[in-house]
Amino acid sequence: MALVSVKDLHKSFGELEVLKGIDLEIEAGEVVSIIGRSGSGKSTLLRCLNQLEQHDWGTIHLADQRLDGTAMSPGELSQNVGMVFQSFNLFPHKTVIENVMLAPLVVKQTPREEARRIAEAVLAKVGMSEKVDAYPAQLSGGQQQRVAIARALAMNPKVLLCDEVTSALDPELVGEVLRVLEDLAREGMTLILVTHEMKFARDVSDRVVFMHQGRIHESGDPQTLFTRPRTPELNQFIASVL
Amino acid sequence: MTLDFSTLLPYTDAILEGLVTTVWLTVVTTVAGIALAIVVAYARDGSREGPSGIVSRLLGAYVEVIRNTPFIVQLFFLFFGLPALGVSISATVAALLAMILNLGAYTAEILRAGIDSTLKGQHEAARALGLSRLQSFRHVVLMPAFSRVYPSLISQCIIVMLGSAVVSQISVFDLTYAANFIQSRNFRGFEVYLVVTLIYLLLAVGLRLAFEFVGRRLFAFRQGGSS
Repeated sequence: MALVSVKDLHKSFGELEVLKGIDLEIEAGEVVSIIGRSGSGKSTLLRCLNQLEQHDWGTIHLADQRLDGTAMSPGELSQNVGMVFQSFNLFPHKTVIENVMLAPLVVKQTPREEARRIAEAVLAKVGMSEKVDAYPAQLSGGQQQRVAIARALAMNPKVLLCDEVTSALDPELVGEVLRVLEDLAREGMTLILVTHEMKFARDVSDRVVFMHQGRIHESGDPQTLFTRPRTPELNQFIASVL
Repeated sequence: MTLDFSTLLPYTDAILEGLVTTVWLTVVTTVAGIALAIVVAYARDGSREGPSGIVSRLLGAYVEVIRNTPFIVQLFFLFFGLPALGVSISATVAALLAMILNLGAYTAEILRAGIDSTLKGQHEAARALGLSRLQSFRHVVLMPAFSRVYPSLISQCIIVMLGSAVVSQISVFDLTYAANFIQSRNFRGFEVYLVVTLIYLLLAVGLRLAFEFVGRRLFAFRQGGSS
């Protein structure tokens, strides 16, 4: 079975139906980019995958376990799915290494020594070893986002969800974050990204999913999708963002 | 009238005893009151339904009762009123209890403002990392909330320290009680109350400086950046 398996997923906010039946299978090691206009439901889909939003209908399976709010505790879930946010959301009162160590210490009850070793390893991976004792306010946006990636990786998740992780960054800082994600992709990390970086989606993804009005409108390998879109909606979308 | 401060000399011990009482009442109240406020703020922050909803509403009532009644009445109620229910407590215990309950209620409300202003992203990041509500409150929400409301918190603790003068009314030997005591013996009201006023002023300034010192250590993370 696929690592992530979504079947007939529905989600409404009040009257507004945001997801109108999503089916999606993602294999371990796959890098999947979700693209689409704002309001197409792509962030909601991502947030359903780690239960920041509870879906109304349909099923999500993750590593053969069903998610529906109760089956998996938040602690277990966080060891399966990591998430990186658009606005970093680092904890301002904790240093870089404390940010990264917090969940292993508190949620996994990892001994402090080992938590520190794990934190140092993931911070090295994102190139932030020099700044372990800095506070978030002392870092650039790109550095903060790399720490946020390290913080998610410290729980050793099977999937990393990235919700427009470069959208809040100054253009010159986007590259350093994308490079980290590229490295992760190369190491075989399963990545699901909601992104506006079309070049990145094309170059790094194994698969691109185009969402439109709450449905998966078109999906496929990036080369085909970007060069020969089958639907007029995707064609229009590509024309508007490239 | 001629000022003669030497008339106070025989009463130095009384002033010292009063000062010590006022200081320890303030220190214990500050620590216990803030601890109480944290518990109350956490419990009120929860769901409004089910058993925790009832707890939340009861605590809300506690906060409102304290904030909308005079401190001296709260104190008298504990000291003179409780014995009628068969609960008899000493003046010192009543004073301490009244002060802690008072500071706890005001601080819970101050702290709630700080907690409510926590950004949604902080809660989401904590949840995505698997932290429970309590873990998230303790490790993610609390410290930044404190840092945002710290100036109000300092003022509140100073108000309680100054308000502790009221406990002299139930014969707790605090600084004000000492002043009244001395004045009733030597009839040098001006000298006595001038000295005691200065001591309270110094205590207030000292308390503020101590808080600011602790604050600089605790909230070092706020320096050096825009966010």
